[in-house]
Amino acid sequence: MCTDCLSCQALSKTYGRRTALCGVTFAVAPGRITGLLGPNGSGKTTLIKLAAGLLTPSGGAVSVCGTPPGPASKALTAYLPDRVFLPLHCRVEDTLALFADFFPDFSRGKAAAMLADLKLEPRMKLSSMSKGTLEKLQLALVMSRRARLYLLDEPIGGVDPAARAYILSTIIRNYSEDAGMLLSTHLIAEVENLLDDAVFLREGRVVSAGLADDLRQREGKGLDAWFREVFAC
Amino acid sequence: MDWEILPDRPVYLQLVEQLELAVLTGEYSPGQRIPPVRELAAEAAVNPNTMQRALAQLEDRGLLETHRTAGRTVTGDPGRIAALRGQRAAECARAYLAAAQRLGLSPAQAVALARQAAGPDAHHETEV
Repeated sequence: MCTDCLSCQALSKTYGRRTALCGVTFAVAPGRITGLLGPNGSGKTTLIKLAAGLLTPSGGAVSVCGTPPGPASKALTAYLPDRVFLPLHCRVEDTLALFADFFPDFSRGKAAAMLADLKLEPRMKLSSMSKGTLEKLQLALVMSRRARLYLLDEPIGGVDPAARAYILSTIIRNYSEDAGMLLSTHLIAEVENLLDDAVFLREGRVVSAGLADDLRQREGKGLDAWFREVFAC
Repeated sequence: MDWEILPDRPVYLQLVEQLELAVLTGEYSPGQRIPPVRELAAEAAVNPNTMQRALAQLEDRGLLETHRTAGRTVTGDPGRIAALRGQRAAECARAYLAAAQRLGLSPAQAVALARQAAGPDAHHETEV
């Protein structure tokens, strides 16, 4: 395996006079799960949108498997936005058809099995679902792609604790071994045992980046405890 | 198996300890095939790479074996398991003595207390 699934080099983004990201450099290697951690407004979503090719950098560069953002990189990237992206007038079965149409790497069988586990019927209407249920559906669709890079923006933010466990095990069972994953969240305690690496952001800058187990060993505490200490208001 | 992973210590060390214990208690018996990495990782809700690292360490110690066709199994060598059981038991004994000493007991008193707790049958067997 050659290139990193995601690589950010001195990546910056400004919105008018406000700086959202400043000089962010890190990479996600194949087979690794990286946590993108930080308080609200620290630039997590901006970074993920840059990687997904939805925003253009103000400075620096980002690439997916060596490819700059564009149609080729998007075909390799399974992106879960932090908000509802499916049309609400659809039924569950329509969303399966939609994904099958858009993404050649989508496995309908895998998605159907996950949706059955989550007790989402094909005929259910999205407009009648709760926010948490919609999030489960979206995650199941995104994880049913055989992508090289998974970008998950707050995948567990809106779902109940019981469903979180299922979602995390879904993530573990379904990401392909040659794929990298970048997972953003402020619910650190829930995901920290899942992470190979952790990148902490504060006001658009990297505060700490490295192996999660190294940080535990060095600080003698978990990522969540360390975060609470360093980012205390 | 039941996993309990705390966040404040390296996860792979905790996986090593708990897998070791599962072998010693016979939850995974000698020669038994253990589930694939990803399955174990999902069960413990940890990263598959971390689980892989823990399994590799147990292989290095000879507690697990990888076979080209049969996947990964617990060692069939009862000697290795017995040796490790002895080590773990010795650690427990040292921890007990240290705790008793902190309470103000002498080592002899601690031993007498352990005998008493074990009941009358314990005197007949001497070797672990």
